[in-house]
Amino acid sequence: MSEITINSYVILSTILFVIGALGVLLRRNAIIVFMSIEMMLNAANLLFVAFSRHLGNLDGQVLVFFVITVAAAEVAVGLALIVAIFRTKKSIDIDTLNLMKG
Amino acid sequence: MGNSFVFMLLAVIAVGSAIGMLVSRDAVHSALFLVLNFITIAVFYVVLNAPFLAMVQVTVYAGAIMVLFMFVIMLLGAERLRGMWGDRPSELVFAAFLGFLLVVTFLIALVMEGKTAVSANMIDSSPVALGLRLFEGYVFPFEVVGILLLSAMVGVVILTISNKRGKNV
Amino acid sequence: MDFQPPIINLLIVAPLLITMGAGLFLMLLNIFCKRDGVYYWLTLAAIAAALVQNVAMWGHEYGTFIARGSYPMVVSDNFSVFLNSILLLSGIGTLLISRNYLHRTKLERPEFYMLMLFSLSGMMMMGMANDLILVFVALELLSIPLYIMAGLAVSRDDSKESAMKYFLLGAFSSGIFVYGIALIYGATGATALPAVYAVLEAGSPLAMAGTAFLMVGFAFKIGAVPFHMWTPDVYEGAPTVVTAFMSVGAKVAGFAALLRVFTVALPAMSDAWMGALALIAALTLIIGNVVALMQTNIKRMLGYSSIAHAGYLLIGVAAAGQHSEAVGSVLLYMLAYLFTTMGAFGVVIALEHKLGEGIMLEDYKGLAKRNPWLSAAMLVFMLSLTGVPPTGGFSGKFYIFRSAVEANLWWLAIIAIMTSVVSGYYYLRVVFYMYMFDGDRTEPVYAGTALKTGLLIALVGTLWLGFFPAGWFELAYKAVIGTTQLLAGG
Repeated sequence: MSEITINSYVILSTILFVIGALGVLLRRNAIIVFMSIEMMLNAANLLFVAFSRHLGNLDGQVLVFFVITVAAAEVAVGLALIVAIFRTKKSIDIDTLNLMKG
Repeated sequence: MGNSFVFMLLAVIAVGSAIGMLVSRDAVHSALFLVLNFITIAVFYVVLNAPFLAMVQVTVYAGAIMVLFMFVIMLLGAERLRGMWGDRPSELVFAAFLGFLLVVTFLIALVMEGKTAVSANMIDSSPVALGLRLFEGYVFPFEVVGILLLSAMVGVVILTISNKRGKNV
Repeated sequence: MDFQPPIINLLIVAPLLITMGAGLFLMLLNIFCKRDGVYYWLTLAAIAAALVQNVAMWGHEYGTFIARGSYPMVVSDNFSVFLNSILLLSGIGTLLISRNYLHRTKLERPEFYMLMLFSLSGMMMMGMANDLILVFVALELLSIPLYIMAGLAVSRDDSKESAMKYFLLGAFSSGIFVYGIALIYGATGATALPAVYAVLEAGSPLAMAGTAFLMVGFAFKIGAVPFHMWTPDVYEGAPTVVTAFMSVGAKVAGFAALLRVFTVALPAMSDAWMGALALIAALTLIIGNVVALMQTNIKRMLGYSSIAHAGYLLIGVAAAGQHSEAVGSVLLYMLAYLFTTMGAFGVVIALEHKLGEGIMLEDYKGLAKRNPWLSAAMLVFMLSLTGVPPTGGFSGKFYIFRSAVEANLWWLAIIAIMTSVVSGYYYLRVVFYMYMFDGDRTEPVYAGTALKTGLLIALVGTLWLGFFPAGWFELAYKAVIGTTQLLAGG
């Protein structure tokens, strides 16, 4: 096996990012769609940390803090919305919410 | 940047758990796969000289955020839906296709370039160094994030409490 | 290791501090005071104060939050002052047209004003941010309150669903945006816009991919094809005042950050992004205008129309890759868009007698007889949206087309002119309904003093821009992006 370089990390995080994006585009369950978005943010975080190590620059690690905090705020709002919708619709199926009619 | 055996092992777990999340029928299984994924990424952070972030990742992400997810799934009892995959209009499929095209081109370009310069020295990534960097270079976004969290909190209160108020009106 | 505090000049971020501080103050006040009118006037006063402070900074270039050996985190130049003025005016306009509406739909609560102020500060920050991570944080600060405001009518399903749709696609796009930042960071080791500019070399695949991801993230925010699918549903489902606020605010803020990031940090890639933006602009123009033809709901129609207008603005952004004068034409167009859209939504609000009722095109039949002034105002706004002289919409389009031609984007200018002609059909259909039909509607038209004032301002602005565009263009031309951000601190 060859030496692990930054390329390996870029490829790994791209794969995770694409899996997350596929989850958003293809799944019906709003909570799973939402978890897929978290996965995308995590892929970006992994990239930040890998580049931070690669470039010998601490800024990448600081940026991860911001992404995590923003993700936390998004999770709070998103789950509140899901709960609010579930109360009347009794479903969190995106396709029954008339959401994606274009 | 780390031992290749460790990398491959972790990468397999990370990708495997990500795929597990994507294809699980049950939302609880998805959430558990996601926790595994987050913990694997935390281990990557340790390998990449970011121990403090690894700790934050485990406590905040795998801990707090995922517990919140689990809580909502259990509260709603909505872990399973009749159908799994959505039937979306062609625009979305088109967008997904564009995205794929982008990613594939990007990967090809990256591999063709074959850049391997990994020479940077280990930097000091202790909590002290991180804190100094945060407050020297990023005070303003730091303060703004405070407002952001506050507005998210206000929003959660409105979206859930006022349901009752709406009924009374 | 010792702490070296950054150089901070709070006066430069004063407009932001005023709006954010007012939001926090309202939150505290919420404990003691239950009268809704107080919040309304305090919000209006805070936005007006921010506007005064903002205009006072015209003609200077400042940077603040400068860390040792690094670039300022926040900058203020004529560009940001001009945009902040547009955003603050959109805030005032929203308040004016919302006064009666929030009352009669029982949506008035202190949190509305609080969230609006927070969102407004996020919007202003978009144009002032000099670092990609601050652009990201500002994007979230503008979006998260907007998601909640879209779902403000919690008792109605369509409001909640539109909030959900806005939220999911917004969060998705910010995920893409962060990934773009990470790639740019990887290519350059920096996120400060001037630092990215200094290090970036053309043709680096990482930076290329990063630029593409950033572009997709922005395209979602401004509602450009093929990332526009949230716009019509969200515009339709959200309470109309929120629709008005986001149709101007979120779009202008998105373009502000787009312009600054692409022209300051990424000129090395301008060949690539110019072409891509021109292509997106063409698609946006065609799809936005053609689909708008089939709409029967005026809010949905205005949603597609806002997509189309994003297309016209994108032409200017694409042209800005060639010559910076195009930035001026984008700013002028935004100003015209502000007055016209606010005015049009004002009329829609006056006719929406119940939440979600009175917003079909049918409801406009015979309006000219019922309320001649209101329909005359709507006539001007529709002409302006079409781009008929002598209205602001014409002036805006004229300068945009001129800058497109100067940047050798002939084909794009031709598409834009043709789609403008098409757009005449659906805009003038509203006029046709108002003047050529006899209506049988008896519902009252809600035009209070505040709404009338708002409509008057919008009308004066639209016509002023139409009759005397040259002075405004001079002003907008002076508002090109400054150069202070290129100076590193001690």
